[in-house]
Amino acid sequence: MLALRKYMPHAVLGLGAFVMLLPFYWMFLTSIRSPAEIFSVSLWPIPQKFAAVDNYSRAAGQVPMLKFMANGVIVCFGILIVQILTAVPAAYALAKLRFPGRKLLLTLIIAALTVPIQALALPLFVGLAKAQMLNTYFAMMMPFLLSVFAIFLFNQSFRSYPDEIIEAARMDGFSELEICWRLVLRGSLPSLAAFSVFSLVAHWNDLYWPMIVVTDTNLAPPPLGMLFFADVESGANYGALMAGATIITAPMVVCFLLARKHFIAGITMTGVK
Amino acid sequence: MFFVFPAVLLLLAIYIIPMIVLAAFSVTDYQLGALSTSFIGLENFRKAFADPVFMRALLNTVIYAVIVIPVGVFLALGIALLVYNRKRSRAFWEIAYFLPVTATLVAMATVFQFLLHPSLGPVNAAITWFGFEPVGFLSNPSLLIPTMAIIGIWQVLGFNMVLFLAGLTAISKDLHEAVRIDGAKNPVDRFLTVTWPMLGPTTMFVVVTTSISAFKVFETVAVLTKGRSGSEVLLYALYLEGFEYSNTGYAASLTLIFLAIVLILSIGQTLHMDRKVHY
Repeated sequence: MLALRKYMPHAVLGLGAFVMLLPFYWMFLTSIRSPAEIFSVSLWPIPQKFAAVDNYSRAAGQVPMLKFMANGVIVCFGILIVQILTAVPAAYALAKLRFPGRKLLLTLIIAALTVPIQALALPLFVGLAKAQMLNTYFAMMMPFLLSVFAIFLFNQSFRSYPDEIIEAARMDGFSELEICWRLVLRGSLPSLAAFSVFSLVAHWNDLYWPMIVVTDTNLAPPPLGMLFFADVESGANYGALMAGATIITAPMVVCFLLARKHFIAGITMTGVK
Repeated sequence: MFFVFPAVLLLLAIYIIPMIVLAAFSVTDYQLGALSTSFIGLENFRKAFADPVFMRALLNTVIYAVIVIPVGVFLALGIALLVYNRKRSRAFWEIAYFLPVTATLVAMATVFQFLLHPSLGPVNAAITWFGFEPVGFLSNPSLLIPTMAIIGIWQVLGFNMVLFLAGLTAISKDLHEAVRIDGAKNPVDRFLTVTWPMLGPTTMFVVVTTSISAFKVFETVAVLTKGRSGSEVLLYALYLEGFEYSNTGYAASLTLIFLAIVLILSIGQTLHMDRKVHY
Protein backbone atom coordinates (compact mmCIF):
# COMPACT_ATOMS: atom_id res chain seq x y z
CA MET A 1 0.00 0.00 0.00
CA LEU A 2 2.83 2.35 0.91
CA ALA A 3 4.70 1.41 -2.24
CA LEU A 4 1.55 2.06 -4.23
CA ARG A 5 1.23 5.57 -2.80
CA LYS A 6 4.87 6.22 -3.52
CA TYR A 7 4.94 5.03 -7.11
CA MET A 8 1.40 5.83 -8.19
CA PRO A 9 2.17 9.48 -9.15
CA HIS A 10 5.16 8.36 -11.20
CA ALA A 11 3.09 5.73 -12.97
CA VAL A 12 0.32 8.22 -13.82
CA LEU A 13 2.78 10.88 -14.95
CA GLY A 14 4.71 8.30 -16.94
CA LEU A 15 1.60 7.17 -18.79
CA GLY A 16 0.72 10.78 -19.57
CA ALA A 17 4.25 11.57 -20.70
CA PHE A 18 4.13 8.56 -23.03
CA VAL A 19 1.09 10.06 -24.76
CA MET A 20 2.67 13.54 -24.88
CA LEU A 21 5.94 12.28 -26.36
CA LEU A 22 4.61 9.56 -28.66
CA PRO A 23 4.14 11.98 -31.61
CA PHE A 24 7.76 13.14 -31.34
CA TYR A 25 9.05 9.59 -31.08
CA TRP A 26 6.91 8.39 -33.99
CA MET A 27 7.96 11.37 -36.11
CA PHE A 28 11.65 10.76 -35.56
CA LEU A 29 11.39 6.99 -35.90
CA THR A 30 9.49 7.21 -39.18
CA SER A 31 11.97 9.77 -40.50
CA ILE A 32 14.81 7.21 -40.27
CA ARG A 33 12.84 4.19 -41.45
CA SER A 34 12.62 2.77 -44.95
CA PRO A 35 9.22 2.91 -46.72
CA ALA A 36 8.80 -0.88 -46.43
CA GLU A 37 8.99 -0.77 -42.63
CA ILE A 38 6.50 2.06 -42.29
CA PHE A 39 3.78 -0.43 -43.10
CA SER A 40 4.75 -2.71 -40.24
CA VAL A 41 3.46 -0.34 -37.49
CA SER A 42 6.05 -1.29 -34.90
CA LEU A 43 7.31 0.89 -32.08
CA TRP A 44 10.65 -0.94 -32.04
CA PRO A 45 13.27 1.84 -31.99
CA ILE A 46 15.93 0.36 -34.28
CA PRO A 47 14.99 0.21 -37.95
CA GLN A 48 16.01 -2.89 -39.87
CA LYS A 49 17.16 -0.75 -42.73
CA PHE A 50 18.45 2.70 -41.90
CA ALA A 51 16.86 5.10 -44.42
CA ALA A 52 17.53 8.45 -42.77
CA VAL A 53 19.74 9.68 -45.63
CA ASP A 54 17.07 8.85 -48.23
CA ASN A 55 14.25 10.46 -46.28
CA TYR A 56 16.06 13.62 -45.28
CA SER A 57 17.55 14.22 -48.71
CA ARG A 58 14.12 13.69 -50.24
CA ALA A 59 12.63 16.20 -47.81
CA ALA A 60 15.35 18.70 -48.73
CA GLY A 61 15.12 17.92 -52.47
CA GLN A 62 11.38 17.77 -53.10
CA VAL A 63 10.82 21.24 -51.64
CA PRO A 64 13.39 23.90 -50.67
CA MET A 65 13.36 22.89 -47.00
CA LEU A 66 16.56 24.80 -46.22
CA LYS A 67 15.13 27.87 -47.92
CA PHE A 68 12.07 27.65 -45.66
CA MET A 69 14.35 27.56 -42.63
CA ALA A 70 16.34 30.55 -43.90
CA ASN A 71 13.08 32.45 -44.54
CA GLY A 72 11.95 31.65 -41.01
CA VAL A 73 15.21 32.98 -39.57
CA ILE A 74 15.08 36.19 -41.65
CA VAL A 75 11.44 36.90 -40.80
CA CYS A 76 11.68 36.03 -37.09
CA PHE A 77 14.84 38.04 -36.42
CA GLY A 78 13.66 40.92 -38.62
CA ILE A 79 10.47 41.12 -36.59
CA LEU A 80 12.27 40.82 -33.26
CA ILE A 81 14.85 43.53 -34.02
CA VAL A 82 12.27 46.08 -35.15
CA GLN A 83 9.99 45.19 -32.23
CA ILE A 84 12.78 45.93 -29.77
CA LEU A 85 13.85 49.11 -31.58
CA THR A 86 10.32 50.53 -31.52
CA ALA A 87 9.10 49.22 -28.16
CA VAL A 88 12.03 50.04 -25.88
CA PRO A 89 12.09 53.84 -26.42
CA ALA A 90 8.29 54.02 -26.29
CA ALA A 91 8.21 52.05 -23.05
CA TYR A 92 10.97 54.22 -21.59
CA ALA A 93 9.06 57.40 -22.45
CA LEU A 94 5.85 55.98 -20.97
CA ALA A 95 7.58 54.85 -17.80
CA LYS A 96 9.94 57.72 -17.11
CA LEU A 97 9.10 60.83 -19.15
CA ARG A 98 6.20 63.26 -19.04
CA PHE A 99 4.63 64.21 -22.35
CA PRO A 100 1.15 65.21 -23.54
CA GLY A 101 -1.04 62.27 -24.51
CA ARG A 102 0.83 59.79 -22.30
CA LYS A 103 -2.34 58.48 -20.62
CA LEU A 104 -4.11 58.18 -23.97
CA LEU A 105 -1.22 56.25 -25.50
CA LEU A 106 -1.11 53.83 -22.58
CA THR A 107 -4.86 53.25 -22.86
CA LEU A 108 -4.58 52.61 -26.60
CA ILE A 109 -1.77 50.12 -26.03
CA ILE A 110 -3.74 48.19 -23.43
CA ALA A 111 -6.76 48.18 -25.76
CA ALA A 112 -4.58 46.95 -28.63
CA LEU A 113 -3.38 44.04 -26.47
CA THR A 114 -6.78 42.40 -26.83
CA VAL A 115 -6.87 42.63 -30.64
CA PRO A 116 -5.54 39.46 -32.29
CA ILE A 117 -3.74 39.54 -35.65
CA GLN A 118 -6.60 37.58 -37.22
CA ALA A 119 -8.84 40.62 -36.72
CA LEU A 120 -6.40 42.98 -38.46
CA ALA A 121 -5.45 40.60 -41.24
CA LEU A 122 -8.16 41.60 -43.70
CA PRO A 123 -7.52 45.38 -43.93
CA LEU A 124 -3.74 44.87 -43.78
CA PHE A 125 -3.98 42.33 -46.59
CA VAL A 126 -6.03 44.72 -48.73
CA GLY A 127 -3.54 47.52 -48.03
CA LEU A 128 -0.55 45.35 -48.97
CA ALA A 129 -2.35 44.08 -52.07
CA LYS A 130 -3.10 47.65 -53.21
CA ALA A 131 0.54 48.59 -52.61
CA GLN A 132 1.64 45.55 -54.67
CA MET A 133 3.64 44.27 -51.73
CA LEU A 134 2.25 40.75 -51.32
CA ASN A 135 4.88 38.01 -51.55
CA THR A 136 7.64 40.00 -49.87
CA TYR A 137 9.51 39.59 -46.60
CA PHE A 138 8.16 43.00 -45.64
CA ALA A 139 4.56 41.79 -45.99
CA MET A 140 5.30 38.85 -43.68
CA MET A 141 6.80 41.12 -41.02
CA MET A 142 4.58 44.19 -41.35
CA PRO A 143 1.78 43.48 -38.82
CA PHE A 144 4.32 42.52 -36.16
CA LEU A 145 6.73 45.45 -36.42
CA LEU A 146 5.10 46.98 -33.36
CA SER A 147 4.54 44.71 -30.38
CA VAL A 148 2.13 46.40 -28.00
CA PHE A 149 2.83 43.50 -25.68
CA ALA A 150 6.54 44.43 -25.62
CA ILE A 151 5.71 48.05 -24.81
CA PHE A 152 3.37 46.93 -22.05
CA LEU A 153 5.91 44.52 -20.59
CA PHE A 154 8.91 46.87 -20.78
CA ASN A 155 6.85 49.73 -19.38
CA GLN A 156 6.07 47.64 -16.30
CA SER A 157 9.66 46.57 -15.93
CA PHE A 158 11.22 50.02 -16.57
CA ARG A 159 8.98 51.66 -14.00
CA SER A 160 10.87 49.97 -11.18
CA TYR A 161 14.19 51.45 -12.35
CA PRO A 162 15.33 54.03 -9.73
CA ASP A 163 14.71 57.65 -10.75
CA GLU A 164 17.77 58.82 -8.78
CA ILE A 165 20.12 56.99 -11.13
CA ILE A 166 18.43 58.56 -14.16
CA GLU A 167 18.72 62.02 -12.55
CA ALA A 168 22.39 61.44 -11.75
CA ALA A 169 23.05 60.27 -15.31
CA ARG A 170 21.39 63.39 -16.70
CA MET A 171 23.65 65.54 -14.48
CA ASP A 172 26.65 63.68 -15.86
CA GLY A 173 25.60 64.64 -19.35
CA PHE A 174 24.12 61.35 -20.58
CA SER A 175 21.62 61.86 -23.37
CA GLU A 176 18.11 60.41 -23.01
CA LEU A 177 18.95 57.85 -25.70
CA GLU A 178 21.96 56.64 -23.75
CA ILE A 179 19.95 56.48 -20.53
CA CYS A 180 17.24 54.46 -22.25
CA TRP A 181 19.43 51.92 -24.05
CA ARG A 182 22.51 51.73 -21.85
CA LEU A 183 21.10 52.09 -18.34
CA VAL A 184 17.41 51.34 -18.10
CA LEU A 185 17.29 48.47 -20.61
CA ARG A 186 20.28 46.86 -18.90
CA GLY A 187 18.22 46.67 -15.73
CA SER A 188 15.53 44.69 -17.56
CA LEU A 189 17.58 42.04 -19.34
CA PRO A 190 15.48 39.12 -18.03
CA SER A 191 12.36 40.74 -19.51
CA LEU A 192 14.20 41.29 -22.77
CA ALA A 193 15.31 37.64 -22.89
CA ALA A 194 11.84 36.35 -22.08
CA PHE A 195 10.21 38.60 -24.66
CA SER A 196 12.72 37.55 -27.33
CA VAL A 197 11.93 33.88 -26.77
CA PHE A 198 8.21 34.62 -26.83
CA SER A 199 8.45 36.56 -30.09
CA LEU A 200 10.74 34.09 -31.88
CA VAL A 201 8.64 31.06 -30.96
CA ALA A 202 5.36 32.76 -31.86
CA HIS A 203 6.53 33.83 -35.31
CA TRP A 204 8.49 30.69 -36.13
CA ASN A 205 5.30 28.69 -35.58
CA ASP A 206 2.81 31.12 -37.12
CA LEU A 207 0.87 29.90 -40.12
CA TYR A 208 -2.12 32.24 -40.46
CA TRP A 209 -0.46 35.43 -41.68
CA PRO A 210 2.16 33.86 -44.01
CA MET A 211 -0.61 31.77 -45.55
CA ILE A 212 -2.44 35.00 -46.44
CA VAL A 213 0.38 37.10 -47.88
CA VAL A 214 2.69 34.47 -49.40
CA THR A 215 1.94 32.23 -52.35
CA ASP A 216 5.53 32.01 -53.62
CA THR A 217 7.13 28.78 -52.37
CA ASN A 218 10.55 30.45 -52.22
CA LEU A 219 9.37 32.91 -49.58
CA ALA A 220 7.52 30.46 -47.36
CA PRO A 221 8.51 30.26 -43.68
CA PRO A 222 8.67 26.74 -42.15
CA PRO A 223 4.99 26.16 -41.25
CA LEU A 224 3.76 27.28 -44.68
CA GLY A 225 6.55 25.27 -46.31
CA MET A 226 5.42 22.23 -44.35
CA LEU A 227 1.89 22.75 -45.64
CA PHE A 228 3.14 22.94 -49.25
CA PHE A 229 5.25 19.84 -48.67
CA ALA A 230 2.34 17.90 -47.16
CA ASP A 231 0.26 18.79 -50.24
CA VAL A 232 3.02 17.69 -52.64
CA GLU A 233 3.63 14.39 -50.87
CA SER A 234 -0.05 13.96 -49.96
CA GLY A 235 0.65 10.93 -47.83
CA ALA A 236 2.62 9.03 -50.42
CA ASN A 237 5.94 9.10 -48.63
CA TYR A 238 5.62 9.28 -44.88
CA GLY A 239 9.35 8.86 -44.30
CA ALA A 240 10.19 12.05 -46.16
CA LEU A 241 7.19 13.88 -44.71
CA MET A 242 8.29 13.05 -41.17
CA ALA A 243 11.87 14.01 -42.01
CA GLY A 244 10.54 17.43 -43.06
CA ALA A 245 8.50 17.72 -39.87
CA THR A 246 11.59 16.81 -37.83
CA ILE A 247 13.72 19.46 -39.56
CA ILE A 248 11.11 22.16 -38.90
CA THR A 249 10.39 21.21 -35.30
CA ALA A 250 14.00 20.62 -34.29
CA PRO A 251 15.27 24.21 -33.81
CA MET A 252 12.63 25.17 -31.25
CA VAL A 253 12.79 21.82 -29.46
CA VAL A 254 16.60 21.96 -29.22
CA CYS A 255 16.52 25.57 -27.98
CA PHE A 256 13.90 24.57 -25.43
CA LEU A 257 16.02 21.70 -24.13
CA LEU A 258 19.08 23.97 -23.88
CA ALA A 259 17.37 26.93 -22.20
CA ARG A 260 14.33 25.42 -20.50
CA LYS A 261 13.90 28.10 -17.84
CA HIS A 262 14.06 31.02 -20.30
CA PHE A 263 11.76 29.24 -22.68
CA ILE A 264 9.07 28.54 -20.13
CA ALA A 265 9.32 32.11 -18.81
CA GLY A 266 9.06 33.51 -22.33
CA ILE A 267 6.21 31.44 -23.63
CA THR A 268 4.03 31.64 -20.56
CA MET A 269 4.53 35.39 -20.25
CA THR A 270 1.15 35.76 -21.85
CA GLY A 271 -1.69 33.54 -22.81
CA VAL A 272 -2.14 35.34 -26.09
CA LYS A 273 -0.60 33.13 -28.73
CA MET B 1 8.30 63.41 -28.58
CA PHE B 2 10.53 61.40 -30.84
CA PHE B 3 10.85 58.44 -28.42
CA VAL B 4 7.25 57.41 -28.94
CA PHE B 5 7.00 58.63 -32.54
CA PRO B 6 7.77 55.29 -34.31
CA ALA B 7 5.48 53.42 -31.94
CA VAL B 8 2.61 55.88 -32.46
CA LEU B 9 3.07 55.76 -36.23
CA LEU B 10 2.98 51.96 -36.24
CA LEU B 11 0.06 51.89 -33.82
CA LEU B 12 -1.86 54.00 -36.33
CA ALA B 13 -0.78 51.93 -39.33
CA ILE B 14 -1.25 48.47 -37.81
CA TYR B 15 -4.12 48.89 -35.36
CA ILE B 16 -6.13 52.10 -35.56
CA ILE B 17 -6.50 52.69 -39.30
CA PRO B 18 -7.08 48.98 -40.09
CA MET B 19 -9.79 48.79 -37.42
CA ILE B 20 -11.59 51.76 -38.98
CA VAL B 21 -11.18 50.28 -42.46
CA LEU B 22 -12.46 46.92 -41.20
CA ALA B 23 -15.58 48.50 -39.74
CA ALA B 24 -16.11 50.39 -43.01
CA PHE B 25 -15.73 47.21 -45.11
CA SER B 26 -18.26 45.37 -42.97
CA VAL B 27 -21.15 47.59 -44.11
CA THR B 28 -20.35 47.30 -47.83
CA ASP B 29 -20.43 44.58 -50.44
CA TYR B 30 -16.78 45.27 -51.31
CA GLN B 31 -14.91 42.52 -53.11
CA LEU B 32 -11.17 42.85 -53.62
CA GLY B 33 -10.62 43.93 -57.22
CA ALA B 34 -14.27 44.84 -57.82
CA LEU B 35 -14.94 48.05 -59.74
CA SER B 36 -17.95 49.28 -57.81
CA THR B 37 -18.89 49.01 -54.18
CA SER B 38 -22.06 50.01 -52.43
CA PHE B 39 -23.20 50.62 -48.90
CA ILE B 40 -25.47 47.82 -47.69
CA GLY B 41 -25.82 48.57 -43.97
CA LEU B 42 -26.05 45.54 -41.71
CA GLU B 43 -26.89 43.17 -44.55
CA ASN B 44 -23.59 41.27 -44.12
CA PHE B 45 -24.35 40.50 -40.49
CA ARG B 46 -27.87 39.35 -41.34
CA LYS B 47 -26.41 37.16 -44.08
CA ALA B 48 -23.82 35.72 -41.68
CA PHE B 49 -26.42 34.50 -39.20
CA ALA B 50 -28.46 33.00 -42.04
CA ASP B 51 -25.43 31.37 -43.68
CA PRO B 52 -25.50 27.62 -42.89
CA VAL B 53 -21.74 27.28 -43.47
CA PHE B 54 -20.87 30.06 -41.06
CA MET B 55 -23.36 28.85 -38.45
CA ARG B 56 -21.86 25.35 -38.70
CA ALA B 57 -18.39 26.88 -38.28
CA LEU B 58 -19.57 28.76 -35.21
CA LEU B 59 -21.19 25.66 -33.73
CA ASN B 60 -18.14 23.48 -34.46
CA THR B 61 -15.86 26.03 -32.82
CA VAL B 62 -18.07 26.07 -29.74
CA ILE B 63 -18.06 22.25 -29.59
CA TYR B 64 -14.26 22.30 -29.96
CA ALA B 65 -13.97 24.86 -27.14
CA VAL B 66 -16.38 22.93 -24.91
CA ILE B 67 -14.11 19.87 -25.19
CA VAL B 68 -10.76 21.67 -24.98
CA ILE B 69 -11.47 24.10 -22.11
CA PRO B 70 -12.52 21.75 -19.28
CA VAL B 71 -10.16 18.91 -20.24
CA GLY B 72 -7.27 21.24 -21.02
CA VAL B 73 -7.68 23.10 -17.72
CA PHE B 74 -8.46 20.32 -15.23
CA LEU B 75 -6.12 17.72 -16.66
CA ALA B 76 -3.36 20.34 -16.53
CA LEU B 77 -4.24 21.08 -12.91
CA GLY B 78 -4.00 17.39 -12.07
CA ILE B 79 -0.63 17.08 -13.79
CA ALA B 80 0.63 20.23 -12.06
CA LEU B 81 -0.38 18.87 -8.63
CA LEU B 82 1.47 15.62 -9.31
CA VAL B 83 4.54 17.33 -10.80
CA TYR B 84 4.71 19.93 -8.01
CA ASN B 85 5.41 17.32 -5.34
CA ARG B 86 8.16 15.55 -7.26
CA LYS B 87 11.56 16.60 -6.05
CA ARG B 88 14.21 15.02 -8.23
CA SER B 89 12.16 14.14 -11.30
CA ARG B 90 10.33 17.47 -11.62
CA ALA B 91 12.54 18.84 -14.42
CA PHE B 92 11.99 15.71 -16.47
CA TRP B 93 8.18 15.88 -16.21
CA GLU B 94 8.20 19.58 -17.01
CA ILE B 95 10.14 18.90 -20.20
CA ALA B 96 7.94 15.98 -21.22
CA TYR B 97 4.69 17.89 -20.82
CA PHE B 98 5.92 21.23 -22.11
CA LEU B 99 7.57 19.95 -25.28
CA PRO B 100 4.35 20.08 -27.38
CA VAL B 101 3.96 23.79 -26.58
CA THR B 102 7.22 24.66 -28.34
CA ALA B 103 6.70 22.36 -31.32
CA THR B 104 5.47 23.77 -34.64
CA LEU B 105 1.80 22.77 -34.72
CA VAL B 106 1.67 22.50 -38.51
CA ALA B 107 4.43 19.90 -38.49
CA MET B 108 2.95 18.06 -35.52
CA ALA B 109 -0.48 17.98 -37.18
CA THR B 110 1.01 16.00 -40.09
CA VAL B 111 2.51 13.64 -37.51
CA PHE B 112 -0.93 13.20 -35.93
CA GLN B 113 -2.41 12.54 -39.36
CA PHE B 114 0.02 9.65 -39.66
CA LEU B 115 -0.39 8.45 -36.02
CA LEU B 116 -4.16 8.29 -36.49
CA HIS B 117 -4.02 6.74 -39.97
CA PRO B 118 -6.59 3.92 -40.24
CA SER B 119 -4.13 1.27 -41.44
CA LEU B 120 -0.60 2.67 -41.02
CA GLY B 121 -0.91 4.42 -37.67
CA PRO B 122 0.05 2.90 -34.31
CA VAL B 123 -3.09 4.24 -32.60
CA ASN B 124 -5.43 2.20 -34.75
CA ALA B 125 -3.00 -0.73 -34.59
CA ALA B 126 -3.40 -0.64 -30.79
CA ILE B 127 -7.18 -0.33 -31.08
CA THR B 128 -7.43 -3.37 -33.36
CA TRP B 129 -5.00 -5.30 -31.14
CA PHE B 130 -7.49 -4.87 -28.28
CA GLY B 131 -10.13 -6.35 -30.57
CA PHE B 132 -12.04 -3.23 -31.59
CA GLU B 133 -12.87 -1.91 -35.03
CA PRO B 134 -10.38 0.70 -36.34
CA VAL B 135 -11.59 4.27 -35.75
CA GLY B 136 -11.76 6.69 -38.67
CA PHE B 137 -10.52 9.67 -36.70
CA LEU B 138 -10.03 11.77 -39.81
CA SER B 139 -12.48 10.13 -42.21
CA ASN B 140 -15.67 10.07 -40.14
CA PRO B 141 -17.03 13.66 -40.32
CA SER B 142 -18.56 13.52 -36.85
CA LEU B 143 -15.18 12.64 -35.33
CA LEU B 144 -13.22 15.48 -36.97
CA ILE B 145 -13.86 18.10 -34.29
CA PRO B 146 -13.23 15.72 -31.35
CA THR B 147 -10.00 14.54 -33.02
CA MET B 148 -8.81 18.10 -33.45
CA ALA B 149 -9.83 18.84 -29.87
CA ILE B 150 -7.54 16.00 -28.72
CA ILE B 151 -4.65 17.60 -30.62
CA GLY B 152 -5.59 20.99 -29.14
CA ILE B 153 -5.55 19.53 -25.62
CA TRP B 154 -2.23 17.80 -26.34
CA GLN B 155 -0.76 21.16 -27.23
CA VAL B 156 -2.22 23.28 -24.44
CA LEU B 157 -1.63 20.95 -21.46
CA GLY B 158 2.01 21.86 -20.84
CA PHE B 159 1.29 25.57 -21.10
CA ASN B 160 -1.51 25.37 -18.53
CA MET B 161 0.53 23.05 -16.31
CA VAL B 162 3.30 25.66 -16.05
CA LEU B 163 0.78 28.39 -15.15
CA PHE B 164 -0.66 26.16 -12.42
CA LEU B 165 2.83 25.32 -11.15
CA ALA B 166 3.52 29.05 -10.79
CA GLY B 167 0.21 29.43 -8.96
CA LEU B 168 1.05 26.55 -6.62
CA THR B 169 4.47 28.01 -5.82
CA ALA B 170 2.78 31.23 -4.76
CA ILE B 171 0.67 29.45 -2.11
CA SER B 172 2.68 29.57 1.05
CA LYS B 173 3.88 26.34 2.65
CA ASP B 174 2.88 27.72 6.07
CA LEU B 175 -0.73 27.80 5.02
CA HIS B 176 -0.63 24.10 4.20
CA GLU B 177 1.10 23.38 7.50
CA ALA B 178 -1.50 25.36 9.45
CA VAL B 179 -4.35 23.45 7.82
CA ARG B 180 -2.62 20.15 8.48
CA ILE B 181 -2.31 21.00 12.20
CA ASP B 182 -5.93 22.10 12.22
CA GLY B 183 -6.85 18.56 11.33
CA ALA B 184 -7.14 18.38 7.57
CA LYS B 185 -5.03 15.22 7.34
CA ASN B 186 -6.45 14.02 4.07
CA PRO B 187 -4.75 15.47 0.95
CA VAL B 188 -8.16 15.84 -0.70
CA ASP B 189 -9.40 17.93 2.25
CA ARG B 190 -6.28 20.06 2.10
CA PHE B 191 -6.75 20.55 -1.63
CA LEU B 192 -10.36 21.65 -1.21
CA THR B 193 -9.78 23.95 1.77
CA VAL B 194 -6.52 25.61 0.73
CA THR B 195 -5.14 24.87 -2.71
CA TRP B 196 -8.29 25.18 -4.81
CA PRO B 197 -9.50 28.52 -3.34
CA MET B 198 -5.99 29.97 -3.40
CA LEU B 199 -5.59 28.94 -7.04
CA GLY B 200 -8.75 30.86 -7.97
CA PRO B 201 -7.08 33.73 -9.87
CA THR B 202 -4.71 31.34 -11.66
CA THR B 203 -7.58 29.08 -12.69
CA MET B 204 -9.53 32.07 -13.99
CA PHE B 205 -6.54 33.17 -16.06
CA VAL B 206 -5.96 29.67 -17.42
CA VAL B 207 -9.63 29.29 -18.39
CA VAL B 208 -9.57 32.62 -20.24
CA THR B 209 -6.34 31.96 -22.18
CA THR B 210 -7.47 28.42 -23.02
CA SER B 211 -10.82 29.63 -24.34
CA ILE B 212 -9.21 32.35 -26.47
CA SER B 213 -6.78 29.89 -28.03
CA ALA B 214 -9.64 27.41 -28.54
CA PHE B 215 -11.62 29.99 -30.51
CA LYS B 216 -8.53 30.57 -32.67
CA VAL B 217 -8.19 26.95 -33.80
CA PHE B 218 -6.81 27.08 -37.33
CA GLU B 219 -3.59 25.14 -38.01
CA THR B 220 -4.97 21.67 -37.38
CA VAL B 221 -7.90 22.37 -39.70
CA ALA B 222 -5.64 23.84 -42.39
CA VAL B 223 -3.40 20.76 -42.34
CA LEU B 224 -5.79 17.90 -41.64
CA THR B 225 -9.01 18.72 -43.47
CA LYS B 226 -8.76 22.07 -45.26
CA GLY B 227 -12.11 22.87 -43.69
CA ARG B 228 -14.03 20.11 -45.45
CA SER B 229 -17.52 19.21 -44.31
CA GLY B 230 -17.69 18.47 -40.59
CA SER B 231 -14.64 20.51 -39.70
CA GLU B 232 -15.63 24.08 -40.54
CA VAL B 233 -14.37 26.41 -37.82
CA LEU B 234 -14.59 30.15 -37.29
CA LEU B 235 -11.11 31.23 -38.38
CA TYR B 236 -10.98 28.87 -41.33
CA ALA B 237 -14.37 30.10 -42.58
CA LEU B 238 -13.06 33.64 -42.19
CA TYR B 239 -9.88 32.75 -44.06
CA LEU B 240 -11.81 31.23 -46.97
CA GLU B 241 -14.26 34.12 -47.35
CA GLY B 242 -11.67 36.85 -47.00
CA PHE B 243 -8.62 35.48 -48.74
CA GLU B 244 -9.70 32.63 -51.01
CA TYR B 245 -13.04 33.93 -52.29
CA SER B 246 -12.21 37.66 -51.86
CA ASN B 247 -15.59 38.47 -50.31
CA THR B 248 -13.93 41.29 -48.42
CA GLY B 249 -17.05 43.04 -47.14
CA TYR B 250 -18.67 39.83 -45.92
CA ALA B 251 -15.42 38.58 -44.37
CA ALA B 252 -15.09 41.91 -42.55
CA SER B 253 -18.43 41.35 -40.85
CA LEU B 254 -17.36 37.80 -39.89
CA THR B 255 -14.11 39.27 -38.52
CA LEU B 256 -16.07 41.66 -36.31
CA ILE B 257 -18.14 38.76 -34.96
CA PHE B 258 -14.92 36.84 -34.25
CA LEU B 259 -13.40 39.93 -32.63
CA ALA B 260 -16.46 40.42 -30.43
CA ILE B 261 -16.11 36.85 -29.12
CA VAL B 262 -12.38 37.29 -28.42
CA LEU B 263 -12.94 40.66 -26.73
CA ILE B 264 -15.60 39.27 -24.42
CA LEU B 265 -13.26 36.43 -23.49
CA SER B 266 -10.25 38.68 -23.00
CA ILE B 267 -11.78 41.38 -20.81
CA GLY B 268 -11.07 39.23 -17.79
CA GLN B 269 -7.57 38.60 -19.02
CA THR B 270 -6.70 42.26 -19.53
CA LEU B 271 -8.01 43.18 -16.10
CA HIS B 272 -5.79 40.47 -14.71
CA MET B 273 -2.73 41.41 -16.75
CA ASP B 274 -3.07 45.01 -15.70
CA ARG B 275 -2.36 43.92 -12.17
CA LYS B 276 0.29 41.32 -12.81
CA VAL B 277 2.01 39.78 -15.81
CA HIS B 278 2.11 36.03 -15.64
CA TYR B 279 5.55 34.46 -15.79
